[in-house]
Amino acid sequence: MKRLFHATLFFLGLLLVWHLVVRAKVWSPILLPSPASVGLYLRDAVRDGSLWEATLVTMRRLLVGYFIGILIGLPLGLVTAASKFAEDTIGVLALGLQTLPSVCWIPLALLWFGQTEAAMLFVVVMGTMWSVVLATDNGVRSIPPIYARAARTMGSKGLHRWTHVLLPASLPFLVSGTKQGWAFAWRSLMAAEIYVTILTGFGLGHLLHYGRELNAMDQVIGIMLIIVVIGLLADKVLFAPWERFLHRRWGTGKR
Amino acid sequence: MPLVDGLPEEEQSAKLAVENVSKRFHTGRRQQDVHALDGVTLQVAEGEFVCLVGPSGCGKSTLLNIIAGLEMPDSGQVLADGAPILGPGRHRLVMFQESGLFPWLDVFGNVMFGLKLKEGLTNAERRKVAQFYIKLVGLEKFADANIHELSGGMKQRAALARALAPNPRVLLMDEPFAALDALTREQLYGDIQRIWAARKKTIVFVTHNVREAVCLGDRVVLFSPNPGRIRQEFHIPLPRPRDINSVELAGYSSQITKALKGILHDGDAAAE
Ligand SMILES: Nc1ncnc2c1ncn2[C@@H]1O[C@H](COP(=O)(O)OP(=O)(O)OP(=O)(O)O)[C@@H](O)[C@H]1O
Ligand SMILES: [Mg+2]
Repeated sequence: MKRLFHATLFFLGLLLVWHLVVRAKVWSPILLPSPASVGLYLRDAVRDGSLWEATLVTMRRLLVGYFIGILIGLPLGLVTAASKFAEDTIGVLALGLQTLPSVCWIPLALLWFGQTEAAMLFVVVMGTMWSVVLATDNGVRSIPPIYARAARTMGSKGLHRWTHVLLPASLPFLVSGTKQGWAFAWRSLMAAEIYVTILTGFGLGHLLHYGRELNAMDQVIGIMLIIVVIGLLADKVLFAPWERFLHRRWGTGKR
Repeated sequence: MPLVDGLPEEEQSAKLAVENVSKRFHTGRRQQDVHALDGVTLQVAEGEFVCLVGPSGCGKSTLLNIIAGLEMPDSGQVLADGAPILGPGRHRLVMFQESGLFPWLDVFGNVMFGLKLKEGLTNAERRKVAQFYIKLVGLEKFADANIHELSGGMKQRAALARALAPNPRVLLMDEPFAALDALTREQLYGDIQRIWAARKKTIVFVTHNVREAVCLGDRVVLFSPNPGRIRQEFHIPLPRPRDINSVELAGYSSQITKALKGILHDGDAAAE
């Protein structure tokens, strides 16, 4: 409760500073709109349904791409951790591609898929899966060998060893890895939506893009706020429960 | 408390034969190789309780790992009931020096892990067995505790329950009671002798505590280091159950302690 209070106070303070800066007329109101005008834009966007629709479109793309990325990345990471050959091939590829900023996939995606949903999906999957591969690989490698030894003496081998020992033992790394994957997916999707102007769905990135074209600064800042809030919510809803579970079980995260 | 876990006796104990086993560890430079075991030969009869004692670094844990099938000897072999050991199997369970409990499971889940891999049991039976052993080691109030919430001694007790629960033929224990207080330890000496007698398990037990070895073992095997070899064996023909504080027991343990000191002294002399 106290922490909620502190957080509320902090963000109200930020709003106030923003308001005061606008009042002081340091920049022209076209460049820096007031909190009130951003609020008005958001209210209108909610009323005419455009914000809601764009959020849905964006979230659908994000979730689909993200889960495909995990579905491919997780097994690949297990494979690179298990086999020297995979480590020297897929592992090196993952290491290289993970450092590639996701925007760099867009020209390729546009040439391969044109202005389509597929291009969008491709960029998100590429942005997600390589970091998931690396996190999974790292997680499995960091397991203290005593767990695998103890499990082996109790008769665990083959698939059981993977599902009941190696995967749960690397859970802390998997959670931080998929969380990092989420951040990458979010970034790549926004980049894709800003650059790929398709007509099959109008996402938050498109709203941002057209806000800039129309010089509608209230729209730009409003959408940016929404993007930040969605990122925060995803963290609290998708990952915080897992992290709480991990901290409770492993006894980590205490201060 | 009933004598044992109430399940039918279906597992036999096994006899072990360690035949001329040698093991070296290569640590970087060639001349720094560690000769952990050198020509170790040891017979363990079915249902025998053998204790290994010896100075730190004389290869006791290494031998246990080889018997478990977790490591392969450089030369020589280990036979279990006449068949060479080629890998780990659930008939030979290890209680490791460091507990090796799984942090992603609670105490109950850890004890259930080995039981779930055992066929021919219903889940209800498995739960009953797990509860029995958790109670035996005095952790019934901590069955759903996370591993990091246990003290060092409680971890060892949980690991003991996990090793006993699947009722293996051979139990390999590496200093299992080192982190326990004297009272709990004495209680567990009683329990382990009872389980051993009821289940006729073959037990190889590593300890630094000579009294403990004499209290538990049919035989105490003394190791010397550099290279790790069997130095001497002592038969302990005392009746059971044994009380760790008895006078006869003290006689044997002072005899073995003297031999152990001789080994340490030899080591000092060699170092000079
Ligand atoms: N994996 C390994 N790599 C390199 N050297 C090892 C390894 N395992 C054991 N050794 C060495 O082999 C020797 C015997 O080790 P071991 O753990 O068997 O001793 P121990 O008798 O169990 O000692 P303690 O009583 O301290 O547990 C030691 O000198 C140790 O340094
Ligand atoms: Mg040891």
